[in-house]
Amino acid sequence: MPKRTDISSILVIGAGPIIIGQACEFDYSGTQAIKALKEEGYRVILVNSNPATIMTDPDMADATYIEPITPEVVAKVIEKERPDALLPTMGGQTALNCALDLFENGTLEKFGVTMIGANADAIDKAENRQRFREAMDSIGLESARSGVAHTMDEAYKVLETTGLPAIIRPSFTLGGTGGGVAYNRSEFEQIVRDGLDASPRTEVLIEESLLGWKEYEMEVVRDRNDNCIIICAIENVDPMGVHTGDSITVAPALTLTDKEYQIMRTASLEVLREIGVETGGSNVQFAVDPKTGRLIVIEMNPRVSRSSALASKATGFPIARVAAKLAVGYTLDEITNEITGATPASFEPTIDYVVTKIPRFAFEKFKGAKAELSTAMKSVGEVMAIGRNFKESVQKALRGLETGLDGFNRVEELEGASREEIAAALARATPDRLLKAAQAFREGFTVEDIHAITHYDRWFLRHIEDIVLEEQNIISEGLPNDAAGLRRLKAMGFSDARLAKLAVRSVHVAGGLGETQALRSGLLHDTLRAMAGATSESEVRALRWKHGVFPVFKRIDSCAAEFEAITPYMYSTYETPLFGEAEDEAMPSDRKKVVILGGGPNRIGQGIEFDYCCVHACFALADAGYETIMINCNPETVSTDYDTSDRLYFEPLTGEDVLEILRVEQEKGELAGVIVQFGGQTPLKLAAALEYAGIPILGTSPDAIDLAEDRERFAALVEKLKLKQPANGIARSRDEAVAVANRIGYPVLIRPSYVLGGRAMEIVDSQSQLDDYIASAVTVSGDSPVLIDQYLRDAIECDVDALCDGDEVVVAGVMQHIEEAGIHSGDSACTLPTHSLSEAVVDEMIRQAGALARGLKVRGLMNVQFAVKDEEVYLIEVNPRASRTVPFVAKAIGQPVAKIASRIMAGEKLADFPPLVRDISYMAVKEAVFPFSKFPGVDPVLSPEMKSTGEVMGIDKNFPLAFAKAQLGAGMHLPEEGTAFVSVKNSDKEYILPAVKELVEQGFRIVATGGTQKYLADAGLPVERVNKVAEGRPHIVDKMIDGEIALIFNTTEGWQSLKDSHSIRATALTEKIPYFTTAAASRAASEAIAAMRGSQLEVRSLQDYYSTN
Amino acid sequence: MADPASSHAPKPEGATGVLVLADGQVIWGRGFGAIGDAVGEVCFNTSMTGYQEVITDPSYAGQIVTFTFPHIGNVGINEEDIESRVDSAVGCIVREDVTQASNFRSRGEFGNWLRDHGKIGLAGVDTRALTRRIRKSGAPNAVIAHHPDGAFDVPALVQKAKAWPGLEGMDLAKIVSRQIEEGWEGSTWTLEKGYGRSPRDERPHVVAIDYGAKDNIFRNLVKAGARVTVVPAETSLEKILELKPDGVFLSNGPGDPAATGQYAVPTIKGLLDRDIPLFGICLGHQMLAIAAGAKTAKMFQGHRGANHPVQRKSDGVVEITSMNHGFAVDGKTLPEGVEETHVSLFDGTNCGIALTGRKAFGVQYHPEASPGPQDSFYLFEKFVGMLR
Repeated sequence: MPKRTDISSILVIGAGPIIIGQACEFDYSGTQAIKALKEEGYRVILVNSNPATIMTDPDMADATYIEPITPEVVAKVIEKERPDALLPTMGGQTALNCALDLFENGTLEKFGVTMIGANADAIDKAENRQRFREAMDSIGLESARSGVAHTMDEAYKVLETTGLPAIIRPSFTLGGTGGGVAYNRSEFEQIVRDGLDASPRTEVLIEESLLGWKEYEMEVVRDRNDNCIIICAIENVDPMGVHTGDSITVAPALTLTDKEYQIMRTASLEVLREIGVETGGSNVQFAVDPKTGRLIVIEMNPRVSRSSALASKATGFPIARVAAKLAVGYTLDEITNEITGATPASFEPTIDYVVTKIPRFAFEKFKGAKAELSTAMKSVGEVMAIGRNFKESVQKALRGLETGLDGFNRVEELEGASREEIAAALARATPDRLLKAAQAFREGFTVEDIHAITHYDRWFLRHIEDIVLEEQNIISEGLPNDAAGLRRLKAMGFSDARLAKLAVRSVHVAGGLGETQALRSGLLHDTLRAMAGATSESEVRALRWKHGVFPVFKRIDSCAAEFEAITPYMYSTYETPLFGEAEDEAMPSDRKKVVILGGGPNRIGQGIEFDYCCVHACFALADAGYETIMINCNPETVSTDYDTSDRLYFEPLTGEDVLEILRVEQEKGELAGVIVQFGGQTPLKLAAALEYAGIPILGTSPDAIDLAEDRERFAALVEKLKLKQPANGIARSRDEAVAVANRIGYPVLIRPSYVLGGRAMEIVDSQSQLDDYIASAVTVSGDSPVLIDQYLRDAIECDVDALCDGDEVVVAGVMQHIEEAGIHSGDSACTLPTHSLSEAVVDEMIRQAGALARGLKVRGLMNVQFAVKDEEVYLIEVNPRASRTVPFVAKAIGQPVAKIASRIMAGEKLADFPPLVRDISYMAVKEAVFPFSKFPGVDPVLSPEMKSTGEVMGIDKNFPLAFAKAQLGAGMHLPEEGTAFVSVKNSDKEYILPAVKELVEQGFRIVATGGTQKYLADAGLPVERVNKVAEGRPHIVDKMIDGEIALIFNTTEGWQSLKDSHSIRATALTEKIPYFTTAAASRAASEAIAAMRGSQLEVRSLQDYYSTN
Repeated sequence: MADPASSHAPKPEGATGVLVLADGQVIWGRGFGAIGDAVGEVCFNTSMTGYQEVITDPSYAGQIVTFTFPHIGNVGINEEDIESRVDSAVGCIVREDVTQASNFRSRGEFGNWLRDHGKIGLAGVDTRALTRRIRKSGAPNAVIAHHPDGAFDVPALVQKAKAWPGLEGMDLAKIVSRQIEEGWEGSTWTLEKGYGRSPRDERPHVVAIDYGAKDNIFRNLVKAGARVTVVPAETSLEKILELKPDGVFLSNGPGDPAATGQYAVPTIKGLLDRDIPLFGICLGHQMLAIAAGAKTAKMFQGHRGANHPVQRKSDGVVEITSMNHGFAVDGKTLPEGVEETHVSLFDGTNCGIALTGRKAFGVQYHPEASPGPQDSFYLFEKFVGMLR
């Protein structure tokens, strides 16, 4: 069927900010969809509040609205743009919910907008638990037995159908607080009682327990001609009970017979038909009883999802692209499979490798969060790895995670532990449970032992046992010294680094001497090497290369080699020679090429912003005539889309894996260089190894990057340039730290060196706090010193992003943070341009940035952070590489900053490009988005440690409106009336006064705790006093729960005050009350409220902003 | 004279299995399953599930199956997933050593089952490279061999591979076909009940000619409401007519349709002359086409997998199908009165015909699935529906 001609413009809704459960996979799908629709000649209108996306690049959609994704705002976009159709399936749950709201409130009908991809009824049928269950019943598919209870009697009735164990979930509580699994009637009674108490509606959902069942996900695509295909079957290694986003998963399904698989396949197609997803991609999740094969439908998503991104990367089938084409009327047989270029998209991909996905977590960022997995997703990123067998695949995934693993590393806490301890550890679904399973084998557990506790399928456990046995064999026998032996190990996925560790252990020198000597040189080291075969990653590589054991590269072709693949999408493996030599399909070209190293799995501090930069490098260097080669292992990203770069290697970002790719790519053509500055810390860590191997690094030299990170070298440069830094020092022991802090004077900012995202950074007010920090938060030693800075209280922090070609410098943006210095820059809201700084201060920052760029001989991007206090500019830090703010700056000023940077890195000069216009006539505000609601019990307070997962941008004619939009985009609905609660620390009282005045003028009622109430009342404001939590009831939290409070300004000083006010912030989070924990943000909020009351929010496209700029 | 190719691949230490191609090339690996050697055509199958159904499909008689998916044997073997008890594939080639099975349906290990059924396995081979070679150069004839002591007379094996005449012109159907008539009562499989049974009461009677049929075809016919009698490949027209069929089913099977057609086609023509409704699958489809006046030809690499898209020309709908054929009906040779109903969306080859105005049709693919998608079960209902 041809494409629809009755529509000519289509609105696409994005997913908004990156949050847990909704990450950059929706940039990947949205970007694919927009490209596909534009190819067909449709006018595409996009709404997405997330500036760090490729989809919001101004040359993607025809009209790009970086506006909050709320029904009200999107309605305005619809009113203005009058699209014919709305595609709601590309932007995750956010887009789906927004589209459903627009349907229900009549907006779509009013403006004659048709939903394509999925209609409102299908969305509702899939999302509404009751309707979904009925739909499944009607096609004969079983759902988990369950029921809702409001009383104990009702609960016992439900129990008759569910049986024990049963899962109890209180309704409408955050993160499932108060629920649990009951294994006996007494537990059942207890948990139901607690749950009814915890639920504001005195309601619990009781479900049959499927804990320990196998879990599968089917990715399905359907067209309007009712052609249905399965793209991929994903099997969870973690059984039911762990959210699929937090589960280790493999593709294809590995432990099903064809009969079981076909039941699931047929059921999946029936689900799509019954729910009424007419076109596009969906996923259907199943639980399977491993003892009987009984199949339960868990849920379905009538849209593309995280798992469809994974399935696309795992198979080479671009689900979002195809779904977009189907939405406008094509059928599957009319779409070409671009991987082969010869076959249609109407087939089911078949693969000849094993894909493993392992999620990455950030529990360490959230003090008080229990590192346990459950049915609520908590992971912040994921790694995908491809191997020709499960062992290779899983070991590649482990080292690709970048959590310090080089395979199944030992779990030291379980070494020599009792069986009871090990069993208890295995019983908890922790992020590292698979490693613990491996450790359990080392401690004498059997497959059956571990299976009984974890319910990991025995098939996976046996392969892990094989790996452990092989490791023990190496420890006892040493490394093989022949090609076949080494190849055998490499084919099992052992990294060179892991083999080196095992080899060193094979020498059996006492007391860790081997490990120490491995790192040194000299006679002892040589002896060790002679005995072990190799003692380091590079020595293992040398040994391997000596024996001619190299990986080969195979293509991801969607068809298991049945057809020729024209798309160079590759992974490495170790093969035995077939006809003389191991077959390698890399086929490097003879072109001039650039390799771009990606950022690996997303984590807090390193996310989509860096992928954005990598993608821009690919686009820009392709424009400049280079062949672009991407290496990355994050399946959620645009960078790992096969058509982003000319060649894509889906590989872990380790020295070993990258060097092997470069070896092959250097066999033909000319490697102009590698870009390591765009992917965040991940590729930077590889720079030294690449340089050592003689690989050219494009742009700023790694030495300059190191200089900027090395406190002592950097201090020398700062002195030379006569710039001012806050007083600082470095300490390698507790006593040194105390001495430095005393010299600088408290408060001080303290953190370990060499980290991204401010991990374990804290403001310390006293020596006793300093002692606490050193005792608990970090290891301080000669190898890992801590950095101590003067903390400039109440200073304004600024970010400057600049481009430099080695000589000339252009500042692309100067951003003023809203939160004061001391809050991590990634967590702080900021404005572009600055909104309250003098021209002189801005000029001084620009001057200093220029001096630094030249001083560091930057070629490419540089980010500088300054603090301004009393008109004085202090240099905080310099990062001569892509920063998190690059996409925000580029979107705000409408200039392709990262693209220009890439071409400069490859040798062009700034003068080769049109001059960069920095001045804009509007205001852009970036706001950070936090995952606190996923971590019940964690204090949602900002600190020097980065905690945000994503960002939004608000753009409007002035600061208050732009700030209001940013808040709205971040999910904070600022009230326009009601009662505001104010409780601020002494030093903020003067500063917050104008904000409270503003609220009073806007008609707000103000309540405050003792000190603040007195201060504000003394200033002549009508303020009522309210009890602090410790002052007796009713107190402020009671009022919040009763819905009396609409807005909260709460700043604290000192640990006690922070602890006392925790329940206020926690309640604000659960009750969804807007709250601000800094005085500056409180002021911005009151200005925004005033501005919103004064005018309607208006929407305007980026293209429009740019054209009038 | 030493063969130049084999001298390039000296036996690696520990090799207990080998694949020797007729052109003298040698692929070493680890043998499993039965000990000994067997000759056949090397083909590949891209299914990710259903190795047991594949390996017991008589259409693979005379063939050595290269599984493109690296892990085979994961779910062991069971008594239900056997598609026939006659000759089928002589061996298989896999990348990974078969590891212990894990599935509640499993009743034994794949390797042991191969050994007990005289089939040879070869592991440790870059099956993707082998598949690519077949894609580029066609399916080679070869000998697969397994000896625990690793002693192989490679030149002799080369000779054996060379001497094998190949599938073209080979009538394998009569070898794998049932030798006696059988009343079939089994119906299709469900999770909790396994295979159903259906008494042979008064319903449309289908006589199914077994050229090497997969059992799931008969089960689907029963499920669709037929009373099924299975007869040997060489059953005469008269014998078939004596059974008073309401319709006759022509099964799949191995080998060259032209060879089997020597005796089968006249029978099919006779049935056509008498307007007895006919339904053919795979080899049966090819011979129906020959009987109707079309020609068949050997394909370069064949179609073997469970993901093949076939378009139904009447309404454009795509069926994802299970396929296993190395010969195909040449769509260009279809005479008047024979309509092409299905085509492969991979390469446009013929996948289905219907005789205009008559109750006779055939499909090249395997609507009975097992292994593979069940999109095309409707064909059995269509056929049995014609007989009511």
